[in-house]
Amino acid sequence: MKDIRLMKGNEAIAEGVIRAGCDGYFGYPITPQSEVLEYLMMNKPEERTGMIVLQAESEIASIHMVYGGAGCGKRVMTSSSSPGISLMQEGISFLAGTELPCLLLNVVRGGPGLGTIQPSQSDYFQAVKGGGHGDYKMIVLAPASVQEMYDFAKLGFELAFKHRIQVMVLSDGAIGQMMEKVELDEQVPRLTDEEIAIKYPWATLGKPTTRERNIITSLDLDPVKQEKINIHLQEKFRHIEQTEVRFESFMCEDAEYLFVAYGSSARVCQKAIQLGRAKGIKVGLLRPITLFPYPTQEIARLSKQVKGILSVEMSAGQMVEDVRLAANGAVPVEHYGRLGGIIPAPDEVLNVLEEKFIAKNNHGRSAN
Amino acid sequence: MEDQLTKEFICQPENLVYERTHLLTENALSYCPGCGHGTAHRLLMEVIEEMGLQENTIGVAPVGCSVLAYDFMNIDMQQAAHGRAPAVATGIKRLFPNKTVFTYQGDGDLAAIGTGETIHACNRGENITVIFVNNGIYGMTGGQMAPTTLPGMKTATSPFGRDTKSMGYPLKITELVAQLGGTYYVTRQSVHTPANVRKAKKAIEKAISYQKLDKGLCFVEIVSNCNSGWKMTPLDSNVWMEENMFPFYPLGDIKVPK
Amino acid sequence: MTEEIIIAGFGGQGVLSMGKILAYSGMMQNKEVSWMPSYGPEMRGGTANVTVIISDDRISSPILNQFDTAIILNQQSMDKFEKTVKKGGVLIYDPNGITHHPTRTDINIYTVAAVDEAAKKGSAKVFNMLILGAFLKLKPVVDPEYIHKGLEKSLPARHHHTIPDNENAIAKGKEIVMPKYLLN
Repeated sequence: MKDIRLMKGNEAIAEGVIRAGCDGYFGYPITPQSEVLEYLMMNKPEERTGMIVLQAESEIASIHMVYGGAGCGKRVMTSSSSPGISLMQEGISFLAGTELPCLLLNVVRGGPGLGTIQPSQSDYFQAVKGGGHGDYKMIVLAPASVQEMYDFAKLGFELAFKHRIQVMVLSDGAIGQMMEKVELDEQVPRLTDEEIAIKYPWATLGKPTTRERNIITSLDLDPVKQEKINIHLQEKFRHIEQTEVRFESFMCEDAEYLFVAYGSSARVCQKAIQLGRAKGIKVGLLRPITLFPYPTQEIARLSKQVKGILSVEMSAGQMVEDVRLAANGAVPVEHYGRLGGIIPAPDEVLNVLEEKFIAKNNHGRSAN
Repeated sequence: MEDQLTKEFICQPENLVYERTHLLTENALSYCPGCGHGTAHRLLMEVIEEMGLQENTIGVAPVGCSVLAYDFMNIDMQQAAHGRAPAVATGIKRLFPNKTVFTYQGDGDLAAIGTGETIHACNRGENITVIFVNNGIYGMTGGQMAPTTLPGMKTATSPFGRDTKSMGYPLKITELVAQLGGTYYVTRQSVHTPANVRKAKKAIEKAISYQKLDKGLCFVEIVSNCNSGWKMTPLDSNVWMEENMFPFYPLGDIKVPK
Repeated sequence: MTEEIIIAGFGGQGVLSMGKILAYSGMMQNKEVSWMPSYGPEMRGGTANVTVIISDDRISSPILNQFDTAIILNQQSMDKFEKTVKKGGVLIYDPNGITHHPTRTDINIYTVAAVDEAAKKGSAKVFNMLILGAFLKLKPVVDPEYIHKGLEKSLPARHHHTIPDNENAIAKGKEIVMPKYLLN
């Protein structure tokens, strides 16, 4: 029988990581994601699978505990919300520089500063363009449902170890706090120490006499060597761009207008599409599931089909830059967003689409 | 006779009185001649080798002069961000409770930028060993003021001497962590004379042994010299250390198992 | 069938848990459900509200600004949510503490004197179940047997002995809900 439960997004990803064979979680409370740590503490994963859960003294400590565990080839993770993720940027850059796989969750709240605890998508640049120092990318997964919060735990660890990269699940307060049905799957067994030694020969597990010592470091003072390391990283990111793009199309086949939105905003746009279609407006949705790598080619393709693209995000206009790069001038691209923790309403989004593209046409001006 | 004073002639097994531990690599130490780091590295690696722990040990290097400790220690190592070594070591130890895990940190790393990580790892009683080399100065970046710089001491960022009124007081972090419930053995040593080297090695041995018994965090401070940063000859720096550092940072055990 | 509901009142009135029981019950009846709370400091004493959607189809936006039904339990929520009821929709409120009653004439309005009834019963805890009963009388979106299962699922085992009291309160709520203004 299927195991279906009603869960909060934060609880779903906590259950997801246990079942994905996670070895360790290190985190620090912050609204609106504290349920992750609370759920893990309550559900005693150490008894279920041997997974370790530790409340650290800060987000800084959390991310460096992740670094230590990841350097040993373990499946480790942390979670936080925007201000905490800002604190972690040092550690994330070190994880990038050492190519250590890990899972990071940002349940985004409005900023800047202490901001608000309400949902926002204003950390897109930080997640997608590299929030810490240096040239690096993370794989960024954007869940739009509680089920995806659950699913991206396992997917996140798989991608992290496949590419030796950090995977960030970029959620928001709405997805974290809402409850929906979740279908749970079987427990993935945690790797044994012997399996880790074989699968991840780079891991620091103690030096046997049969191999050279393993060193986890991002330091190389020789610029020639450091450039080589950077070129290697860039080649990896290009490979990920070729192979790991994920997106969902909703009513795009006959679409004359297109929403591009991820996470909570994508859900709002789906409702806006229902309202719009009821009025005879042929509008569809392209929902990026990976924000890096970005579905650039699919947006480029659709930009030749539609008359206008509206990028909808709970920010002042961050993802819209990537939509514009993808459309590359083929079609007008506009942005609509609410700020500071406000979620736009479906009819509000539809109105903006009509104002920006359709009303214009009615006044005899071409949107093209 | 002089012709026979070659390396090949002298280095015969029957002449062997001392052998360098195999857990130090062939790499030439990058530390300044006269610096205590080399001796501290050697003692730590000797203890790991003598206790047969090479295959089971993971070390964490800091940011500071010993940032490249992994170039010299022939064991698996991770290099941590500045001050974060106790958090990194916590991550390793929690996931591999049976491994021997140590951090090797300087005073800027451990007692300034990493104060939070140091105190909380100590307070949680992580079963790790912290080797803390305190020379009262930031050596690697060129001799700036450290949290442990003595009052009146001149550095690149306190060129007229540390003025406690505006720059605060030297931090006795070792005494501080000794107060915490999670620390098991806290001691202060030095490596500037053969007698002190022997004592320091004993202290490191104890600290690693207690880790094997899951007793909590063991903290070994080594008060050391920085002849370059202090702008002295190595010999003068050792005298200065005895006359100025030791009165403020007295050697000996601070917390011993009951 | 899609029913989009806002439940709004004070923290402590059981707003969120009523929504949770409704969502669990819908799930037990194999429907699609979502439960989207207001969250944060307002949960601890201030206003609280939750959007619950129960549907036979995949749910698009869990966040809405128009509702089929608004269940309103204090004046602040009345001021905020009366206008969000869809034309022809339903507004249910407890008149206790309401100074400005709803004035719309394009929706159906009902009252349920749940505060008084709970006081009569001497159990403030069943207040939200009286309200839930009133809602289910008007919008039977979930069958009673699944409400029972929803209670079992959403209440911790140590509170399972209260299920009969809760179900009695739901039945009572169905009795005491009164029309205040009805469309023709």
